Amino acid sequence: MMMSETSGLALSIGMAAAAGLVGCFAVMRRMSLASDALSHVALPGIGLAIVLRIHPAVGATAMLALGALLIWGLERKTRISTETIIGVVFSAALAIGSMLATGEELMDALLGTPAEMRLWEGALGLVGSAAIITFLLTQRERLVVSLVSADIARTSGIAVDRLELTFLLSFALTVALGLRYLGVLLMGSLVIIPAATAKYLAKSLTGMFTISVSVAVLSTILGEWMASRLHRPTGPIIISIAAGFFFVSLLARRQR
Amino acid sequence: MANVLEVEKLEVRFGKSTVLEGLSFAVAEGSALAVIGPNGSGKTVLFRALIGAIPFTGAVRWAAGTRIGYVPQKLDIERDLPITGRDFLRAKASVSKASPSEIGRMLELVSLGQEAAAAPIGALSGGQFQRLLLACALLGKPNVLLFDEPTSGVDEPGEERLYEMIHRLQQEERLTLLLISHELNVVYRYADNVLCLHREHPCFGVPEEILTPGRIAEVYGTPLKYHRHHDDE
Repeated sequence: MMMSETSGLALSIGMAAAAGLVGCFAVMRRMSLASDALSHVALPGIGLAIVLRIHPAVGATAMLALGALLIWGLERKTRISTETIIGVVFSAALAIGSMLATGEELMDALLGTPAEMRLWEGALGLVGSAAIITFLLTQRERLVVSLVSADIARTSGIAVDRLELTFLLSFALTVALGLRYLGVLLMGSLVIIPAATAKYLAKSLTGMFTISVSVAVLSTILGEWMASRLHRPTGPIIISIAAGFFFVSLLARRQR
Repeated sequence: MANVLEVEKLEVRFGKSTVLEGLSFAVAEGSALAVIGPNGSGKTVLFRALIGAIPFTGAVRWAAGTRIGYVPQKLDIERDLPITGRDFLRAKASVSKASPSEIGRMLELVSLGQEAAAAPIGALSGGQFQRLLLACALLGKPNVLLFDEPTSGVDEPGEERLYEMIHRLQQEERLTLLLISHELNVVYRYADNVLCLHREHPCFGVPEEILTPGRIAEVYGTPLKYHRHHDDE
């Protein structure tokens, strides 16, 4: 059974809202580069899933979870080597993934496709989005204290390492949820661009969350609608719209 | 007087280099310990070991029921982070299970105005930011305060006021204080004990014993001048 248009819309909103919220913490933690690169590891997962004839989302999610664990491990080391290793490992993932998936499959995986979804796929997506949003909203205070100072967080009784791992896994899950819309090349950008826009415009934390989620949701819905009209991959259109918001925010801030 | 903290044979190593070795001392409840030593002697490393942020060998024993308020030396925060002082204090209050009404009282206690509390934390001056961190540390009713160079980035008059404030709070809130400082005047004035970190000559004792001109010259490699306040409280 396929999803109705309304539930498709609910799923897009849920995924984009999760991306907007996760992005706020990723941008404030200065992990824009890692976030963008992380989405690339989904590609070898998709490639392997196609070879093994299992659902591509399963392969992608498994590889993304591995990528999150890798970043978590690397973040305990020095900053420079982390960025270098992330650059190398994730580009290699893209290269290996491109060899495993070919032709139309590769294009869809890279750039996203406005394909229809089965009901169970959509239901899982909605549950995933709800889980991410719930985690971020209920753990908001802990995440804020630990991003300002991990040591203050520790002395306040927060299990910092566990919180960071959960955050990175929720990040990986967000990327997995958005792959259908944006593909592995651009999903990281839907997490980062709306949050970067919000960071420029907001004067408080609640303001940042509101702006980031609004930009992510608007870009996704508008992008999906335009892609189906123009018969183009969804990813590039969604990201172009989000980038448009970002540049307008730069101008708006300059005029303040 | 019971001890709030007992440290025995503490050793911290980073790879092959040993930063702290064979360190033993105790801190009595309600007292003030100043940690001094030249740059690179491991003062901040000691604090981070005490709060369990880095691995160490030896024993660090906090008394049961200890609640720590920690004020780190400096934070690497972007200027345009959209987190206001109030956002940050609200988050800390929630994590420490303090009532939100405590936030206003803490802001008053550290003399930080409403306007400063509503500004993004990256835009605060050095002194304002230190006050905010102090207010943050005091939320949740700690009984021990760990203070890593409270006056770094604060001008001299501000420095004096900040130390006065810390001293006042220590007495009003009956806190045990662990303080890293380069200000030997302040150490002499407020500390009950001094722990001096030095690779060859670490020492621990009352200020009169530790802060002798000869020992200071030995530790810092140069005779430092400071003014003793004999007419203290």
